[in-house]
Amino acid sequence: MIQGIGLHEILVVSSLMFFLGIYGFFTRKNLITILMSIELILNSVNINFVAFNKYLYPNMMQGHFFSLFVIAIAAAEAAVAIAIIIDLFRNIKTIDVEKVSTMKN
Amino acid sequence: MSIMNLNSFIYMRHELVLVAVILLFLLAEIVVGSKNKNFTVNFAAGLFLLATAIGFLPIPYGEMFGGMYQTSEVNILMKNVLNVGVLIVFLQSIAWLKKDENEGRITEFFLLIVSTLVGMDYMISAGDFLMFYLGLELATIPMAALAAYQVYSIKSAEAGIKLLLLAALSSGIMLYGVSMLYGANESLYFADLIQNLSNNPLNILGLIFVFSGLAFKISIVPFHFWTADVYEGAPMNVTSYMSVISKASAAFVLMTLLFTVFKQLSQEWTYALYITSVLTMTMGNLFALRQKNIKRYLAFSSIAQAGFIFLGIIAGSQMGMSTVIYFLAIYIFSNLAVFGVAGAIFNQTGKESIDDYNGLYKTNPALALTMTFGLFSLAGIPPVAGFFGKFFLFTAAMESGFLWLTVIAVVNTIISLYYYLLIIKAMYIIPNDQPIEKFSSDFYMKAGLILATVGILSIGFFGGIHNYIFDISFGILN
Repeated sequence: MIQGIGLHEILVVSSLMFFLGIYGFFTRKNLITILMSIELILNSVNINFVAFNKYLYPNMMQGHFFSLFVIAIAAAEAAVAIAIIIDLFRNIKTIDVEKVSTMKN
Repeated sequence: MSIMNLNSFIYMRHELVLVAVILLFLLAEIVVGSKNKNFTVNFAAGLFLLATAIGFLPIPYGEMFGGMYQTSEVNILMKNVLNVGVLIVFLQSIAWLKKDENEGRITEFFLLIVSTLVGMDYMISAGDFLMFYLGLELATIPMAALAAYQVYSIKSAEAGIKLLLLAALSSGIMLYGVSMLYGANESLYFADLIQNLSNNPLNILGLIFVFSGLAFKISIVPFHFWTADVYEGAPMNVTSYMSVISKASAAFVLMTLLFTVFKQLSQEWTYALYITSVLTMTMGNLFALRQKNIKRYLAFSSIAQAGFIFLGIIAGSQMGMSTVIYFLAIYIFSNLAVFGVAGAIFNQTGKESIDDYNGLYKTNPALALTMTFGLFSLAGIPPVAGFFGKFFLFTAAMESGFLWLTVIAVVNTIISLYYYLLIIKAMYIIPNDQPIEKFSSDFYMKAGLILATVGILSIGFFGGIHNYIFDISFGILN
């Protein structure tokens, strides 16, 4: 808990992060930056969990544990994503999403 | 909540058996090596058959880890249905796996599929949002690796990255909802949430986010954009796995979540589901009409089917839940029959355009017949199971008073008849100078297709199946 800063302020920051992540996901053209946007989303979730836990329910640790699991799974996700991105890069020499779309309706 | 003892691990039988299967796959890969294709596929199929059989053994139900993991008769039934579906997928994919392009990577395919299946089983049995999230991710991340299985193919890699990024986005959205539920209710145990969940805005926001996250997995209409591309790019057998098993498990989980955790908010989610259901059925059907590629066609057909599944969820009654499970089982068998035939043809000729099916009946009558059963079942034409599935769904929705929804669904069924019959017309009526040549599939493919067809025919004719599911289901009201 930080002196002088309430739950409210932290939630504003995490919401901003969440929607910045969503915005980045839809506007960025580079696969790696899209991946970074997803990390922003997941980290905003982590902030939420930790803040709720610390401010509202300090006796239980459920929120902290949840955020630990989220971090671990985000790493696994990034590992697989980067493996596929490298595979794509070997095939077509670019990671621009607009060039990575061979299929059309 | 008793102190955990080793006896209670028996509740986790399905997952433990699958984990053992994964370890044995790895062991076989080390001991035998990847060169011996026949051994690898026989071993994998046999082992999985054994695992499926073990799943059917009678066993007590209960909970463990303080309620984080729970089994009930419905959960077990769903897991068994998924196991049978995966067994059929395995049988159908062996001919493709034996090709030279998959040299040395056969075990990988089995490993990844069984890993996702373990995830789905945990997701189905979750009694807490943490367990649920872990299961969901375990069901998703290996799925992306599966979609990108053909490393030399740009399309496959594209499908993999699209699936992974959108799945990550959707689980991020879902987690944001879960964090709000945590903030509002202190606990993430389903048992606590069922009692505490009130009508406050934070809970409703949480519901919307969790619903959106899961809607991505089932590809409900506002969240369906990834489906067609991923289905087209991924290898045929992976597509069939994704559109059948993965979707059925996600739909089942969404239903149990809405019926238990979000029971108090049923007023709110009924309308959300009403609108998305209508949109999903209509859009899925309209897009399916103009597809030329069989995989994209089946992608949109499966989107439309998801809309029908929602009818039972909206009904909210015991009848609704039982019909959803019944419909999912039928959907698994019908779609696997259609995908099996499409896969057999793709393996043999590399063709996946609907025009290539012209005159199939002349050269390959057995395949054409299997495809016909599958398509009739998807469309809901009387002799096969799909008819009973749709009939019960409509009945459930009508009983709960959703007249207009049922009318829209019936209209959509008629639209869907048109495009399902297009393929049947192509196979039986349209003449073709160069039809697909007569060929014979291997034993496994035949077994897979026969199993799927037997499923389609038998589920409809044995009335006891639906009665059994009805008895173990629960509605929102009790």
